[in-house]
Amino acid sequence: MELRKEYAGELSRLMKQNDKIFILDADLAGAGGTKTLYAEFPERCLNVGVAEANMTCVAVGLAASGFIPFIHSFAPFTTRRVFDQIAVSVSYSEQNVKIVGFDPGVHTTYNGGTHMSFEDIACMRALCNVAVLDIVDGVQLRKALPYIVQHKGPMYMRFVRKQTDVLFGEDYEFRFGKADKLREGSDVTIVASGTMLFDAVKAAGILAQEGIKADLLGIHTVKPIDEDAIVASACKTKRVLTVENHSIHGGLYSAVTEVLSMRQPTLCDAVAVRDRLTQVGKLDDLKRDYGLTVDDICNRARALVARG
Amino acid sequence: MDVVRFSKEIRRNTLRCLHSQGSGHVGGSLSIVDLLAVLYSKHMHVDPADPKMEDRDKLVLSKGHAGPALYATLALKGFFPMEWLDTLNKLGTRLPSHVNINLTPGVDMTAGSLGQGLSCACGLAIADKLKGIDRYVYVITGEGELQEGQIWEAAMLAADKKLDNMIVFVDSNKMQIDGLTRDVMDVEDIAAKFEAFGFATQRVDGHDHEALDRAICLAKEDHCGKPHCIVMDTIKGKGVSFYETMGAGVHSTTVTDEQYALALKELE
Repeated sequence: MELRKEYAGELSRLMKQNDKIFILDADLAGAGGTKTLYAEFPERCLNVGVAEANMTCVAVGLAASGFIPFIHSFAPFTTRRVFDQIAVSVSYSEQNVKIVGFDPGVHTTYNGGTHMSFEDIACMRALCNVAVLDIVDGVQLRKALPYIVQHKGPMYMRFVRKQTDVLFGEDYEFRFGKADKLREGSDVTIVASGTMLFDAVKAAGILAQEGIKADLLGIHTVKPIDEDAIVASACKTKRVLTVENHSIHGGLYSAVTEVLSMRQPTLCDAVAVRDRLTQVGKLDDLKRDYGLTVDDICNRARALVARG
Repeated sequence: MDVVRFSKEIRRNTLRCLHSQGSGHVGGSLSIVDLLAVLYSKHMHVDPADPKMEDRDKLVLSKGHAGPALYATLALKGFFPMEWLDTLNKLGTRLPSHVNINLTPGVDMTAGSLGQGLSCACGLAIADKLKGIDRYVYVITGEGELQEGQIWEAAMLAADKKLDNMIVFVDSNKMQIDGLTRDVMDVEDIAAKFEAFGFATQRVDGHDHEALDRAICLAKEDHCGKPHCIVMDTIKGKGVSFYETMGAGVHSTTVTDEQYALALKELE
């Protein structure tokens, strides 16, 4: 099932239980999947038109009145476009607004260039008290939503609305702020977030066949990041590779190296977008061009291991 | 205390607050004092002993830099001790230059980065309609603030959603930081612009207490299904002769010991 359907389905269930949840859109309710909620909960859904700044601050007024508003658009338009609205009216004002960004990074494909965001996590991570989630699949999103609703405080989450691939089984348990250990190994640590976790799992399998045992950590909560899990793994492997669909500046690589440089200085490398402009293209072509493929993960992991 | 005396006391204590810092947003604080005096003596349903009272009227000071005038008003109403006015902008204060929803009893929304308050107020008004709470959300915007595009995004929404539980005051004091508003970027005809966006509008002398009171009563009685906008013609620095004639520099200026003493004499 597409993530946007999982998302709307779970929100529908939660909105029946909790009359404080409020949905806001800026003319992408159909694209994002929330449109089905408008018929079910007409009083608690609001489409403000193409006006993301207004949407963000209307959500603040609703939050100040006790509601739990969710705002939606493509990742760049609920983050960098409304950065000051989030910084002042959400973060500084400590308002409980949930911020959703669709199709982050390369997943914007043919809407890339203008609609592509490699800096959304960097923007949100820099703001005090804003939690940041990079979601990998529909199971994780569905399991995370009940927590997101009851979490007190602003939160940004990014996911791919039309994605159908699934990594986790129904027994998956979402634990906010905790890494998911997907593979035990002692040669190299691979820390991957969001959809890059699919590629990291494949890469770890290939490396295992070569005799390189990767310790694989899946990160959904980029902020606050699971410091202890990262430090423990780095102590064991002495080498850490981060893997993300985001700029190398300010995202997962930054979050992980901030922790390690203070607590456990470790040799690191990154599979990430290296200060490149956004562009349009097919997903596979974009991943190849930005160095975000399974091969890129394997090559950088091998190089880290070879450096000793 | 009658409204005339109340407005004088607000002005005196606004300057006390700014004098404690030695400088600040004098002009735009003094220009909204008469509105605050009328609102807080005749209209705002609030309880200083219970600042979060569920059915209280709410005020969004979208021109958040006029905080000192609101702080003086709230202190005089008994929301917090008068001594707090002497702590403006000191580290750890409850009274920052620009208003903050979490720091000050009686402040209903953070503002300071201009253009955001009207949207936040729309959220409050929508929530009230949904919850069936019968109260007014009052908003005070600056005139220069209308140059922010987000104001008009919010205005469009307010009219579309028929937010007749919201009354927006525009403090038209004809100046902004860089000079006369008409020279920097003309925003007139303000009433016509809000009218075109679907508001019921009035234009009054923002220093005439009776006219302000009448306009607010009229807005409340007029159940037309439209949000209300009351454009107030005001004078930046109103009430103190040397601030009134200072020009655009009065936006942010000094309140020295000498200026403070002279101002208090004028405001006796």
